Amino acid sequence: MKEIVVISGKGGTGKTSITASFAYLGGKDVIVADCDVDAADMHLLLQPDFAESEDFYSGELANISQDECNQCGKCADVCRFEAITIKDGRYIIDPFECEGCGYCARVCPTNAITNEELNVGKWYISNIKTGTTMIHAKLGIGADNSGKLVAKVKNKAKQIGKENNKSYILIDGSPGIGCPVISSLSGADYALLITEPSVSGLHDLKRVHKLVKKFNINAGCIINKADINQKVTREIEEFLYKEEILHIANLPYDETFTMAMTMGETLVEHTDNDLTEIISGSWEKIKQILT
Amino acid sequence: MKIAIASGKGGTGKTTLSTNLAVYLSQKYKVVLIDMDVEEPNSGLFIKAELFKEENKFKMIPEWIKDECTLCGICQEVCNFNAIIQLGTKIMVFPELCHGCYACSELCPTSALPMIPKKMGKLRHYENNNLSFVESRLDIGQEQATQLINQTNKYVDEYFPGEIIKIYDAPPGTSCPVMEVTKDTDYVILVTEPTPFGLHDLKLAVETMKELKKNYGVVINRYGIGNDEVQNYCKEENIPVLAKIPNDRQIAELYSSGELIYQKVPEVEQQLENIGNYILK
Repeated sequence: MKEIVVISGKGGTGKTSITASFAYLGGKDVIVADCDVDAADMHLLLQPDFAESEDFYSGELANISQDECNQCGKCADVCRFEAITIKDGRYIIDPFECEGCGYCARVCPTNAITNEELNVGKWYISNIKTGTTMIHAKLGIGADNSGKLVAKVKNKAKQIGKENNKSYILIDGSPGIGCPVISSLSGADYALLITEPSVSGLHDLKRVHKLVKKFNINAGCIINKADINQKVTREIEEFLYKEEILHIANLPYDETFTMAMTMGETLVEHTDNDLTEIISGSWEKIKQILT
Repeated sequence: MKIAIASGKGGTGKTTLSTNLAVYLSQKYKVVLIDMDVEEPNSGLFIKAELFKEENKFKMIPEWIKDECTLCGICQEVCNFNAIIQLGTKIMVFPELCHGCYACSELCPTSALPMIPKKMGKLRHYENNNLSFVESRLDIGQEQATQLINQTNKYVDEYFPGEIIKIYDAPPGTSCPVMEVTKDTDYVILVTEPTPFGLHDLKLAVETMKELKKNYGVVINRYGIGNDEVQNYCKEENIPVLAKIPNDRQIAELYSSGELIYQKVPEVEQQLENIGNYILK
């Protein structure tokens, strides 16, 4: 089973739309994992049935029992996150600031502080319209540990994929280069980079590719909306050549992507035109590379 | 006045709005623009200004002093992040997992784990007349954007005290880095696009703002594409729509070349004026 991660550095380059089209083309051969847990959108195109769900606990939050607190202030002294403040003579925890390190509880002389495990989201195993399984999640508001939820989703997809003899895991990653992206990349066989010909698109592509290189993962690139700026498209192509990243395809700017999205469909099921032909060709190319 | 420009979904136009609004307002006021998307900072591509100051930013991590260590195991026990592990007669520190809480260091009975700085990124500060621009970029491979955002906030607060207009370009999403950027701001502008993805992620962003008890409004970018559902949602929820930036190929092209839009598209300048009037009233 081969693991394909779709990332972009910059948001809004078309990762999810393209990944969902590949999922549609791959049908029963693929298991789908939406690892953009922070702003998961793939379900809007693949209509999962949320068949099974489980709460996700990660990290801790300190809680001060006012009855046992003797106001010594040691907790606030050791907290490096400015999460403990004094208000009307009572020490209170700011849940948004608390990192859950547990240091305060360890130094509290009256054992007034306990750490509660945090429910930071939910993850799901779903059946989708292409006759396969999709693993996805919803991270709670402002939650930390999105990297851990990504790992959970990915590992579950791996396990179910193996059990069902799937050929590919298709992973929709999140924007950026931080913890959720690093988590989605670890152990991947192929990184598909989706970019767009804008100064930001190229800038972010370079940064995310540096990260991919650190992991020694083979990479290919699709330039979306390639005709918006021919000059930057050429610059991206030169960069790909120089870095030996396979240039898979250029997609034209096409509002059919949005039209398909408003109908809850992947582009390849919505229509059949030059654009869908390039997308099908790209999927075939990626499969070939991985055989 | 601190204004954050955020969005659930990436690529909806946060940076476009931040840079255009900052430069536009700087014609009249003193403005600081801060790029807080430390993983992928892009505002600098649109801002022309002279480098004024740069500094490396560090996070504190423990360093093991073998000769002082008695292998008591307390460090490993107190670390909630598995960032410090005892393997046989060796203590291993995993800096990328460390949150810098100091528990291992300060609870070590023999002071064998002093905290040392480790570089996580760089802050740059640029100046151009009325406009100051600060950006921080996370080193590649570093996981925790939040600490760098926090230090950037401190730099900006110290360097630009008082009632000056500060515009914060936030990272996408709704998780910890976004909270870190928006929590101390006076107003949050959520940029979205009128598509199902845009709407879905806008709802997440709105939930986040409610949780933080923030004042917020929406700017609809690429207006005209997709459908009316974002507008309907804002109406039902009584969320003010501050501006609508049209879906226009010329705008996409200007953006793609790193150019500011309002100087070439009068309609966008009008929208910026509306936003300025609304938030500065």
